Amino acid sequence: MSLLVLQDVGKEFGAIRALSHVNLTIKPGEVVGLMGDNGAGKSTLVKIIAGNFPPSHGKVLFEDQEVHFTRPVDARSVGIEVVYQDLALADNLTAAANVFLGRELRRKVGPFSFLDHATMNQRTAALFRELKSETRPDDLVRAMSGGQRQAVAIARTRLAKAKLILMDEPTAAISVRQVAEVLDLIRRLKDAGIAVILISHRMPDVFSVCERVIVMRRGTKVADKPIDQSSPEEVTALITGAKEAA
Amino acid sequence: MSEFSPATGTEASDFSNVGRARWWRRGFFASQTAYVAAALIVIMIVMSFLSSAFLSPGNLANVAKNFSFVGIVTLGVTLVIVTGGIDLSVGSTMALSAITCAIVMQGLSGTVLDSIPLAGMVISLGAGLGAALLIGLANGVLIARVGLSPFVTTLGMLSIVRGLAYAVTEGRGQAPTGPDVNLFYEITDGNIAGVPVAIIYLLILAAVIGLVLHHTAFGRHVFALGGNEKAAALTGIAVERVKIAVYVLSALSAGFAGILMVGWLGSAPANLATGYELTIIAAAVIGGANLNGGIGGPAGAVIGALLIEVIRNGLVLAGINAYWQIVLVGGIIILAVLVDRLRTLRMTS
Repeated sequence: MSLLVLQDVGKEFGAIRALSHVNLTIKPGEVVGLMGDNGAGKSTLVKIIAGNFPPSHGKVLFEDQEVHFTRPVDARSVGIEVVYQDLALADNLTAAANVFLGRELRRKVGPFSFLDHATMNQRTAALFRELKSETRPDDLVRAMSGGQRQAVAIARTRLAKAKLILMDEPTAAISVRQVAEVLDLIRRLKDAGIAVILISHRMPDVFSVCERVIVMRRGTKVADKPIDQSSPEEVTALITGAKEAA
Repeated sequence: MSEFSPATGTEASDFSNVGRARWWRRGFFASQTAYVAAALIVIMIVMSFLSSAFLSPGNLANVAKNFSFVGIVTLGVTLVIVTGGIDLSVGSTMALSAITCAIVMQGLSGTVLDSIPLAGMVISLGAGLGAALLIGLANGVLIARVGLSPFVTTLGMLSIVRGLAYAVTEGRGQAPTGPDVNLFYEITDGNIAGVPVAIIYLLILAAVIGLVLHHTAFGRHVFALGGNEKAAALTGIAVERVKIAVYVLSALSAGFAGILMVGWLGSAPANLATGYELTIIAAAVIGGANLNGGIGGPAGAVIGALLIEVIRNGLVLAGINAYWQIVLVGGIIILAVLVDRLRTLRMTS
């Protein structure tokens, strides 16, 4: 069974063709690197999968069912979550509050319902333990390192029981030690059977966690091969256009 | 491809390499609200030595009543500020609600409703709060749904509502009349066990708002909006609805305080609470609400409003020219924010 299949997907914005004839398949639990220069069509592809807008043509299948996402909520409801580059966290709230934001656990007291702080903190702590991240549920996100913020954003997707997680440049702008932390988080997701599409500019990251690499150039897919049959040199050549396709 | 070693070998629960601030450097104790509260206590102690009249029951009751009106509205405006918005229309809303309440009470007296106990008063209170509700709804819809800037929208509303207050009354004060008027004065300007009712309303409302902000999903969403509105929208929070709700609550708090002021003044003049919006926003900011959104609470609103009133009262008792209080309040606003700024600089360095 394939988790996600794109068939001949294309997208035009007015006269601009952002994406044409893209075919790709993601299997359950697979970690795939998506690479390409700025303007290669990565973001457009990700936004189609995440449900920000529908493709102009082509089909999207999730778990062998054709899907038509028009809003991010549609994609989320089938199990596709996005970890945004800016992480989309509220700095002034605690880690647990961010993890449960928009789906707070409540306790009924008579006609009123109040937040169940204790259970939310416990479940968040359990998620962090599972991700082996040293992050406290009741610490404010403002005071956290880049790696801890990633853990919070990823814990959110775990809570949603995601089957596919799109990660947009998770290692941009964080320290070397934190990069290692984030890559570990991605390995934990794979261990838990969750598929990850890692959008990244960083060759070492892709080559250390991904099983497969997809390269985009000028709106088309120019390569899609197992990581052990490729090399950073080849991928660089594909991204820049020095090599046409592989 | 294992050039990266695992991030850590320790159990996630021991946090050996993650520092944590000491208890007095985080949470409430590290907040602007806490040290403004400390400053307030110091000022009150100094005042009581400087003027024997300060702690007299009469003066305390006076201070309590005066700051309660501002305090109640500050609670509502703090909600708006926490979402990252602003509400400049509250002073005008206080006036229009007060006038609506008084005029409806006048209009109903002498009609058949006189024979039904409380009917006239309940309807006029409802009308006053209803006027506030409509103003809040207009603000909220224009800001949340149409996407206008909160500053400009509520600045316009300030003028529209104040203009309506003058137009409706033709500038004449409106006194409440009718069979229930004594009861009206009792519930707006009475005392319970010697304590002015206004401050009792303030404390109850502060407790309720504290409960809502920190222990309900709505309250959490209010904070999330101020922290990162885009993130809040992405998580599926009904951003528009939360925003409209805070502007409605802000207007309702203003309407309620305006009606209490009618009881206090015995009349609803068209210039009631003119310029109060600035005192109210000042009280919220002194109490620790951050105009960038995401930070603030009812304790700060009450403490900020009290601090302004205590200083005003102290200057009066000390026989200092009343105009200086305006200068001093401005100075305190800047000082409170400055101290907070210095503290965060020290923490991040």
